[in-house]
Amino acid sequence: MARIIVVTSGKGGVGKTTSSAAIGTGLALQGKKTVIVDFDIGLRNLDLIMGVERRVVYDFVNVINGEANLNQALIKDKRVDGLFILPASQTRDKDALTLDGVEKVLDELSEQFDYIICDSPAGIEQGALMALYFADEAIVVTNPEVSSVRDSDRILGILASKSRRAEKGLDPVKENLLLTRYNPSRVERGDMLSVEDVKEILAIPLLGVIPESQAVLKASNLGEPVVLDEQSDAGQAYLDAISRLEGNEVDFRFLTEPKKGIFKRIFGG
Amino acid sequence: MSETAIELKGSGFTLSVLHIATNDIAAITAALDAKISQAPSFFAMAPIVVNLEKLAEQTIDFVALKEALVALNLVPVGVTAATDEQKVAAKEAGLAVMIAAKQTAAPTQEVKVERVEVPVEVPVAQYVPAMVVKTNVRSGQQIYAKGTDLIVHGAVSNGGEVIADGNIHIYGTLRGKAAAGAQGDQNARIYAQNIQAELVSISGNYWTSEQIQEHRWQQSGCIHLDGEQLTISSLQE
Ligand SMILES: Nc1ncnc2c1ncn2[C@@H]1O[C@H](COP(=O)(O)OP(=O)(O)OP(=O)(O)O)[C@@H](O)[C@H]1O
Ligand SMILES: [Mg+2]
Repeated sequence: MARIIVVTSGKGGVGKTTSSAAIGTGLALQGKKTVIVDFDIGLRNLDLIMGVERRVVYDFVNVINGEANLNQALIKDKRVDGLFILPASQTRDKDALTLDGVEKVLDELSEQFDYIICDSPAGIEQGALMALYFADEAIVVTNPEVSSVRDSDRILGILASKSRRAEKGLDPVKENLLLTRYNPSRVERGDMLSVEDVKEILAIPLLGVIPESQAVLKASNLGEPVVLDEQSDAGQAYLDAISRLEGNEVDFRFLTEPKKGIFKRIFGG
Repeated sequence: MSETAIELKGSGFTLSVLHIATNDIAAITAALDAKISQAPSFFAMAPIVVNLEKLAEQTIDFVALKEALVALNLVPVGVTAATDEQKVAAKEAGLAVMIAAKQTAAPTQEVKVERVEVPVEVPVAQYVPAMVVKTNVRSGQQIYAKGTDLIVHGAVSNGGEVIADGNIHIYGTLRGKAAAGAQGDQNARIYAQNIQAELVSISGNYWTSEQIQEHRWQQSGCIHLDGEQLTISSLQE
């Protein structure tokens, strides 16, 4: 039985797809058989960030409609063993997903994989509900600003009331907070909420803090999930988060501005 | 045939009274709309009585006023403090003419000394256990404790709403909206560990965060009515 994890946020553009790609890839690097499923039907983004856009033949909707079987649609990653992507369709709309269809696909994936990572679309409508409905756990991606925190709060309410686990009265969906695009110097200046502020408001366990980083932009342009850039701050922060997801205790890093060297202090940078 | 098909009895209800100071329907609509948007769910389909005291000799287009109130999702019931001409016009528009019960001088708590032995049927108050929410009330969630008290173990987020016919106890931070005494109990109270509310209301008397900020903001407190006046007091007193 796979752990089904939805990566969700309510608000758009906060880093769900970046995080899905990084966490999925990182889990596979740890030897866990992992599939990342793109629920953002109509926009299709995950395949670009994973660098597999030219290999998409069949997609999630084809599988639901019985036009292809799962193994035809799954794309095997060439860099990391045990990593697969189930891409979304660009030509359909969000209503192409049905609960029954999604359940069938997830059940089948569950037999083969340790982890199923569901990359949710933004919003709180149909598409986002589909992505979170069957989840055992949620990674709530939040930027340190008020509107993102509000939307995360809203999604937490939905997880607690509209998920399968809530409707069936099972144990609640396990909630994890992933704070992304964290910029310590802007926090210090008071332009952004601090880790403590966000934790206080959302009151769920903190899985990780990913710094705002050039490495993320570079990685998505290359189509290489940022965890493959082991030297990068964002890559390391994601690896820490993955370790916590697997139950390890890891100290938080990148919460303060790195100390500038003497040259940088004099010449800027 | 049946003699008990209906029964007509007098009874008192708590109604919201709208005091208007102009007969300009557009101005009234705009002002009301602004008020309602602060707490849409508290006003949805609320019965409204219009008080005409400030418009003594003026004519009012009651049909237009009624339509405006309906459009705002309110239920216009009638008018009060109307002149004779206004009464006629209001009745023609299908509004009831209502006379506000005189505020009795004796407070309800006062005990009558003389003993009168009259057999009366006393309605026995049924014990209704409080509703308990053990989690946070998140943005977009609304909890209503009908006919009882509400206890929230966690916080009430911005955009979350808690409503009770009785009292409300919040052991986390109140950032959203809270309305106690929703059916008109003026003795209902709201207790919160940390007050940063968007809105608080006791029996329809409400404050928005602007007013709350001047009283025990980010502190614990008890919100209650002192007469008609909302008050936030310390829990230590
Ligand atoms: N830690 C980071 N540092 C810098 N840029 C980042 C970081 N995380 C994400 N971004 C950038 O933010 C943008 C949005 O990221 P992403 O596509 O992952 O968000 P999303 O939540 O999936 O968006 P959508 O809601 O549209 O699906 C991208 O340009 C991405 O490169
Ligand atoms: Mg995305």
